[in-house]
Amino acid sequence: MTEPTSVDAVEVEKFSRLAAEWWDPKGKFWPLHAFNPVRLGFIRDFAAEHFGRDSQVLKPFEGLSLLDIGCGGGLLSEPMARMGFTVLGADPSEKNVKTASAHSADSGLPLTYRALTAEGLVDEGAKFDLVLNMEVVEHVADLGAFLQACTKLLKPGGIMLVATLNRTLKSLALAKVGAEYVLRWLPAGTHDWNKFVKPDELERLLEEAGLTVRRVQGVSFDPLRWDWRLSSDTDVNYMVVAEKLSP
Amino acid sequence: MSEIKADIAIAGGGMVGATLALALAQGGLDVAVADPLTRAQMEDERFDGRVVALAFATVRMLKTLGVWERLAPNAQAIDDIIVNETELGRGPFPFSIHFDHREIGEPLGHIVENRYIRQALLACMESEKRIRFLPGTAASDLAVGESRAVLTLSDGTRIEAPLVIAAEGRDSPLREAQGIQTAGWSYGQSGIVVTVAHERPHNGVAWEQFLATGPFAILPMTGNRASLVWTETDREARRIMALPDVPFTEELRKRFGQHLGDVRPVSQRWSYPLKLHLARSYVKPRFALAGDAAHTIHPLAGQGLNLGLKDVAALAETVLDAARLGLDYGRVDVLQRYERWRRFDSFTLAVVTDGLNRLFSNDFLPLRLVRDVGMAVVDQIPPLRRLFMRHAGGELGTLPRLLKGLPA
Repeated sequence: MTEPTSVDAVEVEKFSRLAAEWWDPKGKFWPLHAFNPVRLGFIRDFAAEHFGRDSQVLKPFEGLSLLDIGCGGGLLSEPMARMGFTVLGADPSEKNVKTASAHSADSGLPLTYRALTAEGLVDEGAKFDLVLNMEVVEHVADLGAFLQACTKLLKPGGIMLVATLNRTLKSLALAKVGAEYVLRWLPAGTHDWNKFVKPDELERLLEEAGLTVRRVQGVSFDPLRWDWRLSSDTDVNYMVVAEKLSP
Repeated sequence: MSEIKADIAIAGGGMVGATLALALAQGGLDVAVADPLTRAQMEDERFDGRVVALAFATVRMLKTLGVWERLAPNAQAIDDIIVNETELGRGPFPFSIHFDHREIGEPLGHIVENRYIRQALLACMESEKRIRFLPGTAASDLAVGESRAVLTLSDGTRIEAPLVIAAEGRDSPLREAQGIQTAGWSYGQSGIVVTVAHERPHNGVAWEQFLATGPFAILPMTGNRASLVWTETDREARRIMALPDVPFTEELRKRFGQHLGDVRPVSQRWSYPLKLHLARSYVKPRFALAGDAAHTIHPLAGQGLNLGLKDVAALAETVLDAARLGLDYGRVDVLQRYERWRRFDSFTLAVVTDGLNRLFSNDFLPLRLVRDVGMAVVDQIPPLRRLFMRHAGGELGTLPRLLKGLPA
């Protein structure tokens, strides 16, 4: 199919503008950029240990595949591809996929984006060494079914990382009211607190899907250093790592 | 004319640019370094007659980078520093501060001639396969795009990289072109630099003598030699620089004193105007300043290059930490971590050295009493003295890994 060039140009222009918005360090997605180093560091260090790679070299994960579910503008997919993973960024939103693709167009990174769901990928029979579910599960309708689909996408010995928000009074105060309404870090209405997931609920669902939970890690905002750090406090933001043991 | 793709492009292959290139390349990044000088110009003895006092933290970093082994034969350890005030023709005043390395267990620093540092760095750069060195080509244009920058050189070569660093020295053309302003002033003073030979051994003692006209530093070099950094008002410096050899030597002896026996100049003379300037920002998207391009301070405490090499350590660590997380290290939010880390330290040192120079370049009697008493006080309080030594050694503040002797 051949489209008139001018239409393509308008499309490209539109998604490049959206990409610029996603990636602007001072733009509306800045909280994600501020959050990125600490979670990238956690994923890198855990994955390096799990797969026996050296975390201090620049491309430790060459030869491994990664699926980033709910990739948005590609804020995690791109760094993961730079670290050597062959990355598939998946997002149900066509707009997000085009936006992320526009940003990495000339990067030469081992990175593709596709507009599809985890269930769609299961039908294709795709398998990955690492599956990222970062800030996705709190937006999913049937969490159990979703995690079972994600598990089918893991190779034996592969790991899944889930990052989300706990359902506590503290998270209601900090992540919902604080971040959305007081500090205005996030657009109001970004999150539905009732859909936040407690760590033990998530662990149970992951085990039911056939995975073995390896680590539960809290992430806290340190107001003195105005930066995020790993902590033992899982009351607000936390990550869970689970492994698919070889059968 | 060619097209080069690199992870980092550095404009300026002097001491700061070359050390930065080594630190980044050893971390695994491909670096292209351009410098307007040709190799022959860089190695010419007449090009740069200065010496530098390398603080012990700086020495640890040069050891980690593999540069020190090439420098060590030409380095003179400073075991003691004596700071005092003298008046022309009268000899030292009774109050002085004595910094002794035995109190901190390491030499206070090392004096090395700039040309040896340049030679060692050139040799290290040329044996590092990740560095592409392009001498004899100046940076002529910088175009910053969304995901990368393009640095065009005077011979038409284009280097494409996610980050371009200007280590071009005080009058950095790229800094000007990027519209980064500087604040500062000229001191109205010049530093005369000359190497002397003296009769008796210096035993590794450096002297910092505060004369009313400005500081006069005697820095011990290998053998019975010393480098003088002799500060005068611009007008007086011009007069002294124009003197024939015999009256020049007489002026020199009046200031030098008798403590090392007979003394005579053994090199040509150089003169450098002294300025203080600080860049208003150190970074922009895909662009960072390092070394004198970011800050030039009064040379009296011998901290200029040490400060520049601290930039190197902090910038290399910031960039490599981001690269190891797969982050785009040319983004301004990454680079601002480097800026926050370094700007306060540079500013503090600029203010302190400026203050010291103003305090001592003054013949007003009450002020002189205050500073003599101050010196006597510092000299009598060992913890205060150790604090000064640690600062001169580059130990205060959050130290980048390289300055602790660890890889970046």
